[in-house]
Amino acid sequence: MSEYLLEMRNITKTFPGVKALDNVQLNVRAGTVHALMGENGAGKSTLMKCLFGIYKPDSGEIILNGKKVNIRSARNAMDLGIAMIHQELHPIRFRSVMENVWLGRFPGHFGVVDHKTMYDKTKALFDDLELDVDPLALAGEQSAAILQMMEIARAVSINAKIIIMDEPTSSLSDREVEHLFKIINRLRSQGVAMIYISHKMKEILEISDEVSIMRDGTYVGTWPAVSLTTEEIIKQMVGREMTNQFPPRTGKPSSEVVLKVEHLTSTDKHSFKDVSFELHKGEILGIGGLVGAQRTEFVEALFGLRGIQSGAVEKDDKAYKAKSPRDAKAHGLALLTEERRATGIFGILPILENAVIANQKNYASLGILNDAKREHDAQSSCKELNVKAPSLATLIQNLSGGNQQKVLIARWLLTNSDILILDEPTRGIDVGAKYEIYNIMLGQIAQNKSIIMISSEMPELMGMSDRIMVMCEGRVTGFLNKDEFSQEAIMRLATMFAGHKKTAA
Amino acid sequence: MAKEISRAKYNGYFKTFGIILLLAGAVLKYLSTLENFAGKNAIWNINRTIYDLPIFLIIIGLVVALKGFLSKSDGDNVIFSGKSFGEFLTNNAILLAMFVLVVVICILQPKFMQIRVALDILTQSSTKLIMALGICFTLLIAGTDLSAGRMVGLAAVISASMLQTATYANRFFPDLPQVELWMPIVLAILACMIFGALNGFLVAKYDMHPFIATLATQVIIFGACSLYFDMPPNSSQPIGGVRPDFAAIGQMKFWASRNVNIFATKGFPGISILIPIAIVICIVIWFILNKTVFGKNVYAIGGNREAAVVAGINVFKNIMGIFILASCLYGIAGVLEAARTAGATNAYGNGYELDAIAACVVGGVSLNGGVGKVGGIVMGVLIFTIIQYGLQFINVSPMWQQVIKGVIIAVAVAIDLTKYRRK
Repeated sequence: MSEYLLEMRNITKTFPGVKALDNVQLNVRAGTVHALMGENGAGKSTLMKCLFGIYKPDSGEIILNGKKVNIRSARNAMDLGIAMIHQELHPIRFRSVMENVWLGRFPGHFGVVDHKTMYDKTKALFDDLELDVDPLALAGEQSAAILQMMEIARAVSINAKIIIMDEPTSSLSDREVEHLFKIINRLRSQGVAMIYISHKMKEILEISDEVSIMRDGTYVGTWPAVSLTTEEIIKQMVGREMTNQFPPRTGKPSSEVVLKVEHLTSTDKHSFKDVSFELHKGEILGIGGLVGAQRTEFVEALFGLRGIQSGAVEKDDKAYKAKSPRDAKAHGLALLTEERRATGIFGILPILENAVIANQKNYASLGILNDAKREHDAQSSCKELNVKAPSLATLIQNLSGGNQQKVLIARWLLTNSDILILDEPTRGIDVGAKYEIYNIMLGQIAQNKSIIMISSEMPELMGMSDRIMVMCEGRVTGFLNKDEFSQEAIMRLATMFAGHKKTAA
Repeated sequence: MAKEISRAKYNGYFKTFGIILLLAGAVLKYLSTLENFAGKNAIWNINRTIYDLPIFLIIIGLVVALKGFLSKSDGDNVIFSGKSFGEFLTNNAILLAMFVLVVVICILQPKFMQIRVALDILTQSSTKLIMALGICFTLLIAGTDLSAGRMVGLAAVISASMLQTATYANRFFPDLPQVELWMPIVLAILACMIFGALNGFLVAKYDMHPFIATLATQVIIFGACSLYFDMPPNSSQPIGGVRPDFAAIGQMKFWASRNVNIFATKGFPGISILIPIAIVICIVIWFILNKTVFGKNVYAIGGNREAAVVAGINVFKNIMGIFILASCLYGIAGVLEAARTAGATNAYGNGYELDAIAACVVGGVSLNGGVGKVGGIVMGVLIFTIIQYGLQFINVSPMWQQVIKGVIIAVAVAIDLTKYRRK
């Protein structure tokens, strides 16, 4: 028996025009958490998809428990004891939690499903994971965190020996992350190996035993987690020293108010209430808070995507009320949404169309488009934002997350808006691209534009904002000026009403 | 065994091959004018064997050579290998199958190689193409339009009912004076557009699935059209006796020889007016889809509706536009059908929408929305007409024709989808 539970050797995978994996290896021991790190586009997801049978590697071998295996499909992978928890979960919304857990393997006889057994098994599974969820509840009504746990329960139920977790904490609050880690530790003690993909250094150092790093489709190396520091990991990932996570900020916001929000309250009584603030020219206002603080709902209402019950907004000293995103756009607002894939990109369209879509009117006379102008603008803004792609005709779905995000930012910069609302602008984006996005933000500020940024990453919130507004359960619980920034202060405001059950999900 | 050649050399092959075809066609054409081969006393009459093949060869040669001359020569190198050959097969499977079929038909029945036949096929494709171009808009937003066929019937009945000769015995409106030709036509198309607006409203305002919305409209249109058709004194009699100037819109032929008879191989049969009409509409639709804000919005809404809303696109207005434009095209197709057949009944156009959807899908339009090109739709329509016409030509039973048509739809879409399947 070999020392490793899983060995992937010399895996190579080529896509049309790109060598996604070049002789990559990965060795995972039983009963450990193995972090897999690298910038977006480094090949982590591709490697995992090869392991999970979604892609077929061009060459290389996978050795499981000392035996060479040929994984042909996801089903095949699961039969071999490999489970994968995807970054974006797609539960069957209108079916119960337990049906989602047992999907494809319903207990029963001769095609008749035994609901009682299914319920009991699910209950036992959930109890084991200390998960307080009714197996009969609809999956669509569960929070992202619960769905994550549900996926883990599913992995446990197939007796998985290897569980791949792709960015499991990207939409979890700190409290939920704690619960997840508890479960991970429990599984580790039972001898399960977990491959953990994340961009969050702190988590990696806290939870993992070993760290493997990839860069540009190649394998860089594997280290014990205790021997690593954040700086060391970043250095290996980008292949260069990165001294500063945030670019230096020069200049100060002016005192001129560009947006004044007074007592804004949502039509949905469970959403935001009584939000008031002023946004100055050349200012980055950060919005902090836990999942469920209604930050996204608030900015979406500001952008005309959700209803407003009462309150007033003034833009440039004039009353402003957005009934639709078109209104908001006409008033000089831009919104980079949180869900890049669902509400941002047009996957099957080329970069060009994605970049100019919000600004078509300016390229048209009588509805007829000027192609030369469109291409020129898209080309120059993509170049300015350093979008890495073969050409403007490349479909945006073939780009890495960071590059997709840059194209989306280009889209809104082309509309020449004076207030940019960025909802989790760097979620799921690698360190290098993050730094570039921060630079773009500062470039906008220097042109006297204003930014509202929602972020769940404390260092980013504190590193980029001029001021932070913290929300908790739909209410503003306080403002922090630059000299008052600290994780503790933000957490205190973000958990002001934390006695309630809702945040404790 | 992969072989790589430069793009310039690749284009060179096209030039050479095109010129060879051109020359071969010219030589055959020359031979066919010689007394020895084509005269009354010739032992072997070349014209009875190859018919218009020389002209087809010249046309194909010209197209191939032009492709060679007009393509850019600084592109990527071209790789010939088993893999690229396989890709070529899947990308062009239906076209290749059609080519094989055409060759087989030509061998079985050389009469197929006539300009007359080609023009017939183009004429028959014209109204179908106009329908397909309309319906493609609704498919591009991941919708569908079941009311298309009934709109054809509506437009046909309305236009024909108002454009009968004054002396015809069973006039729809006995007291109607002679109106300007364009008025009933515009009225017929407007009637369709009103129902198109209803489709759009149901889909855009209530987020109704287009399948249901257009199903409801289809039933309403047929009922309304039948009520109109049943009005006394007509009482559901087929409408006939249409004015010659109206019939000309569907029947006129350009450059036709005077002494042409149907079975003769001599004399130019003329180009039906339907062909230029379809070409103009094709160009207009291509322009709308590729060069206008509206067209780009259609692709965007089909690609990701939520993202389109966030990007500030007026989804309501665009969906209304899509259904109204589509119904305008059905209206045009309906008027042309009435003119071509010089009459109308309320049963006109029944089931046309399914043919149009099939042609779009075979032409590469995705039912998931966002994917589709005018060129593909033209190919899709032509493929269906050629196969249908060809099978009739070699006397395949109509029942077998149905079976073959169904198989084509299934196979074409299956091949198309394998392109997008897991890599």
